[in-house]
Formats: sequence, structure tokens, C-alpha cells
Amino acid sequence: MLKKVNTFWFSIVLAFVFYGIIQLLISTAMLNPFYTNTLIFICINIILAVSLHLVIGITGQFSIGHAGFLALGAYISAIMTMKLGMPFSVALIAGGIVAALAGLVVGVPSLRLRGDYLAIATLGFAEIIRIIFLNIDYVGGAAGMQVTHATTWTTSFLCLILTIVVIANFTNSRHGRACISIRENEIAADAMGINTTYYKVAAFVIGSFFAGIAGGLYAHNFYIIQPVNFGFLKSFDILIFVVLGGLGSLSGAVVSAILLTIVSTFLQGLPETRMIIYSLVLVMVMLYRPQGLMGTREITDYFGKWGRVKGGNQYGG
Amino acid sequence: MLKVEEIDVYYGSIKALKGVSLNVNEGEIVTLIGANGAGKSTLLKTLSGLLKPKKGKIEYHNKSIAGKQAQTIVKAGISHVPEGRRVFANMTVEENLELGAYLRKDTKRIRVDFEKVFELFPRLFERKKQLSGTLSGGEQQMLAMGRALMAKPKLLLLDEPSMGLAPLLVKTIFNIIEEINRDGTTILLVEQNAHMALSIATRAYVIETGSVITSGTAEKLQASEEIRQAYLGGM
Repeated sequence: MLKKVNTFWFSIVLAFVFYGIIQLLISTAMLNPFYTNTLIFICINIILAVSLHLVIGITGQFSIGHAGFLALGAYISAIMTMKLGMPFSVALIAGGIVAALAGLVVGVPSLRLRGDYLAIATLGFAEIIRIIFLNIDYVGGAAGMQVTHATTWTTSFLCLILTIVVIANFTNSRHGRACISIRENEIAADAMGINTTYYKVAAFVIGSFFAGIAGGLYAHNFYIIQPVNFGFLKSFDILIFVVLGGLGSLSGAVVSAILLTIVSTFLQGLPETRMIIYSLVLVMVMLYRPQGLMGTREITDYFGKWGRVKGGNQYGG
Repeated sequence: MLKVEEIDVYYGSIKALKGVSLNVNEGEIVTLIGANGAGKSTLLKTLSGLLKPKKGKIEYHNKSIAGKQAQTIVKAGISHVPEGRRVFANMTVEENLELGAYLRKDTKRIRVDFEKVFELFPRLFERKKQLSGTLSGGEQQMLAMGRALMAKPKLLLLDEPSMGLAPLLVKTIFNIIEEINRDGTTILLVEQNAHMALSIATRAYVIETGSVITSGTAEKLQASEEIRQAYLGGM
């Protein structure tokens, strides 16, 4: 148990050492803005991937409307900073909370659906959100909304660490175990006395909250947000991170988000063939590793130290 | 202990149970026998709260549990081992058992029950770190039963424990069911293997197309010409 706690702090310290090195490189201008921006974008994508991982990988609810929550977070936080003059941190949290509330409103009725039906319902929800923003002149309609640049390496890294710590700990807890049991077999989970509806909604709300946070970071990184950025293709991008990384593996989601963001960033030099190469990468991975890059394993499994992140402590206590 | 009166259960507009009544007394092994699609599993699912009856009463220790949520019913002391085992395949044997005790907070007693389950199913102890999806069918059945016992039920609902198992293993499983019963757990057993079921049961109900057609002590049904013809292979 003590060892477990130590490894946890060790990872946190390691993360902050990494953060410090990058921050040093940025402040001494050794890392040009293009790379800094890519790093921020990687952080945002990891947050999205990990938050969807909780819904699909852990709880087994096939939601493909994650871009809807991203859009909500982006627009709400942009309204907070641009229209209401609130500080960025408040805007980020507000974006997350509104996205979480939307997750609750969508989750309660639609999580009674299973499989394909849930997928369609969540997809529909994301489209509704997009079209609502498209038709509100207050946020600029189709032309989009100007947003100041406020996202820095520091804010995005802090949000990333927060996301991973919260979701990894949730997964490791008694609640996480209940969510995994729903993924494994919902009827059996029900028969064990687990309140399956409650946990499905809880996972969905937590996932939506972090997607909303990612939305805030996203909006304040690109100077402009437009409804077209949050179409269903965006949802699929996030879904691909999770599936490619391996359903049920948090580190898989992280690794694939990093990998795919790098691939698509560097392919921007070849605009004609970019999507072809990107798609080929996906096809190859799925052919040779149908279980995803990591399967259901975690990076820590390979070190044999932290044990299985998806495990939880003994006797459920 | 358990009293079911005239319940009707529907799947959409299809009536699966028509006015079923039965009762289970403390300490008994009661079995429900009947053909495929007769409504046996539906009845168990209704008792454990996975389905809601449209009409009728279900009383457990004189308190109505009809239409209550599954977790309330598990807390009250009824555990359901669903048909087809349904273990959590990507979890270890140990983790499966832990989930069985999900609603309990008494950590010390849970530890004692772990030992008890491992005593009852030594195979599970040997394989406690193994992913349960890699167990054999018989071992998965043992795990599903052990998992249900971790909730410390007073009434255990068993749905087709012999399904897809080799005859020798069926015998082992049924011996264990008797042992669980001797330890003070009342059992309601659904079986297609009527012969085995009647050999350990105190009483039995025969269900056909959603209704109870006959009931009585196990000996009486075993001796009945009609039952022999229909369910015991007409010997």
C-alpha cells in the first residue's frame, strides 16, 4: 500500500520535472512556438482521449458525441472571458461544469439505451449542440467567435495532470470497479446489486466535465472557434484515440493521442496525402493490433510496480 | 420466507408469466422445472428485480419486494446467479468475488467469507489471480455461485447451474448446492436437468408456457407418471 502511494508521488514528481524542462525550453525560446503549440494540442487531445476512455473503455458505454461536450466547454468558456470579462481559470471551470450538466441531461435518458442506440443518441446530441451554436448570433454563428489566446503550456499541463489523476483514481476506486463490471456484464453487475444507471451516468458526467475543460483550453488556443470545428468528425477523432490505444487502457489512450497528434501535425506539410497516410496508419494498427496499441494493459504493468491501474485495492475497501 | 402471488410479467407486449404463485420456506431447496421458454428464468429475474411484474405480489419476509430495484433486493438478502454464468471476464477470480460483496461494508466479515467460498470451491483458490474469462465452464459456474455467496444471501436464486457442463461436473455442482443449503442458505433452483434437480430438492414447481401447472414434494413429482413422461425422459 505504501509502495503504491510512493509510486503515485513518484509519477507526479516525474511529471512535474518533465513540465519544468519543457517550461524552461519555452521561456529560453529554445522551443519555437510551433512546437509549443503542438505540445499544448497534445495535452488537449490527451484530456479528450482520457475523458472518453472513462466512458467507453472503463464503463463500456459507446458514446460518439464527445465533440458536443468539447463544443460546450469551448463556447461557454469563450463567452465567460470575451463577453463577461471573467478570468481564464473561472471560464475553464464554468465550461467544464456546463458540459457536465449537459452530460447529466443527456445521460439520464440515453444511457438506458445500449450499444448502437446509445451511439446514435450521443451523435445526435453533439450535432444538436453544434447547430445551436451555428444559429446563435451572440456567439457569431457560422463565422465563429474571436477568442483571446490564453492557453499556455502551464495551464494545459496542469489540466492534463488533474484529468489523469482524477480518472485514474476513480478507476482504481470501488466506483471504478463497479463501472468496469458494467462493461464486463451489465446484467451480472445489476444482479450483484450495483446501481448500474447511477454509475453509467456518473462516468458520463465526469467524462463530459473534462471534455468541457479541454474545450476551454481549445478555444483559448486558436484565436477563433467555429461550429464547424466540432462536427461529428471531431467526435470520431477522439473515438479513434481511445480505440487505437486499446479499449480499457488509460495509458493506451494517452499514447495514441500523443502519437496521432504528432502524425497529423507533421503530415500538415503534405496536405494532399495527409488524410490518406493518416487513415493508412489507422488501418495498419487495426490489422496488426486489433486490441489496440496497449490492449487492456497499462504502461505500469510492464514495470510491474504500480500493479494494474484498473485494479483497485483488495476486498473493495 | 418468499411468497409470490399471481404475478404477471411482460416482455413488451408479450406475456411471459401468467398468474404465477409459489412460496419458498426457510431452509428448503425448491426447484422450478420446465422446458425452454416456459418462463423459469423470467421468474428468477423478476424476483431479483431485473424485471418488474405488472401485476401480483412478491413478499420476502412479509415485506413487498415487487418492482423494487435490484440493489435493494440484494441488500435484503436475495442473490441471483444469472443464467449462462456471466462472470466479469476481464477481471481476476478474486476481483469477481470482491464485486459479489460490493454492497457490504463489513470488511472483516468479507474476509471470512472469502475463506468460506475458497473452502467450498478449492478450484477457485488455485486460480484466484487468473482472469475469469480463461476459466473452464465449470469453474465459471463455481465462480458465479461463489460471487453470489459473497453477498451473504439468505436466499440464493440459481439459474441453470448445469448448463453446458459435463455430467461429472454437474454432479459436483449439485453436491455443492446441497452443501450451501446445509450451511443455512435457502435455495430456489431453476433447472432443465429435472432429474438432478428433483434428486436434491425438497419441493418442486413445474412451469409450462408461463404458468405453474403442478407442484409438490420432489418425491411425489419424481413418482408422477406425467412428469416422468414429459421431463424425465419417459423411463
